[in-house]
Amino acid sequence: MTQLAAPPAHAVAVEVGGIPILLRTSNPEFARMLEDRYLGFVKAFAVPVFEFDVDLVEPSGMGPDDDVRMRCENGRWFFRRGDFYAEWNPGTGRGRIRQSVNPYSVDSVLRIVHTIVLANEGGFLLHSASAMRGGRAFLFSGLSGAGKTTISRLAPPDVTLLTDEVSYVRRDPIGYYAFGTPFAGELARVGDNVSAPIAAVYLLDKGPDNRIDPVPAVEATQRILRNILFFAEEPDLVRRIFETACDFAATVPVRRLTFFPDQRVWELIR
Amino acid sequence: MTPKYIAHSRAIAARKLGDEMVIMSAVDSTLFTLNPVATAIWEAADGRTQLSDIVAGAVCGEFDVQPEVAYRDAEELVEQLFAHGILLVSEQPISTDVPQES
Repeated sequence: MTQLAAPPAHAVAVEVGGIPILLRTSNPEFARMLEDRYLGFVKAFAVPVFEFDVDLVEPSGMGPDDDVRMRCENGRWFFRRGDFYAEWNPGTGRGRIRQSVNPYSVDSVLRIVHTIVLANEGGFLLHSASAMRGGRAFLFSGLSGAGKTTISRLAPPDVTLLTDEVSYVRRDPIGYYAFGTPFAGELARVGDNVSAPIAAVYLLDKGPDNRIDPVPAVEATQRILRNILFFAEEPDLVRRIFETACDFAATVPVRRLTFFPDQRVWELIR
Repeated sequence: MTPKYIAHSRAIAARKLGDEMVIMSAVDSTLFTLNPVATAIWEAADGRTQLSDIVAGAVCGEFDVQPEVAYRDAEELVEQLFAHGILLVSEQPISTDVPQES
């Protein structure tokens, strides 16, 4: 029988870093899954900057552990990993994602899209926890095992957690701001959807006591660069990320935070 | 000695921090940090000055190092940077002019 009407569309607008992205699906269960996954970041009345139609297919059997492959042709981006395929045209603001019913594939696509958007405007996603205290944001950077989850878990009640895994950094005329993200790590807890000017970045190191040490400019820049999440290989974007990281490290204090894993470390973070 | 000219690849991004140069390949995002001596060579790599003259002027003239040792180390550095595609090397002068759009 001829289908006379398209299945009803369910749309979920997910706003991270002040950038709303609309995800449209014909599957109401998947829409609810997105609303649960991005609780606190779903905006009912946001005007989306970008829109993605999500085509749900049977699981491919391929996992999310493969590397992301990306290319850009004539202004259109193509992302592929074992568990998803996506196309996106930033010029028209439209895109399409093909994946199975799961919240992880679309989460990866959102991260990739945000890295590209931020790269073009002098921001980035940083592999770091971040938290807000006294109206200022503090970032805690390091690779897996450095202590991002630990320091997030130890945060006292007056601290607002922005993320325990991926920090969202944007630049405005005044300086750099950190935004809360739903991109969670081991805590499996989304951050609060708030933002604050960045007061400092701490490079994490576990040790027998708590102390803060200066970091030479070159090392600070290297560490920031190595912890920036970026998947594209387009030379112009890579150059922009490099310039942004250099500016960021020259603008925001970068310190080494050696800490013993108990709550006293937060006495230093003010 | 065969003349050797060196120039920066266009597929890089570089920033001097203090007296060290941080360079990133725009092709594969590999990150390099040059010490002050290597930074002096990098800054003098204009495509028109022979490497031997760069070593004599920018290295031996500024740092306490024997010319033979300096040239040998400079050749090694140049080979490494060339292998990573961030430095161009030629027996002829290298044009570093950016093509103008017609």
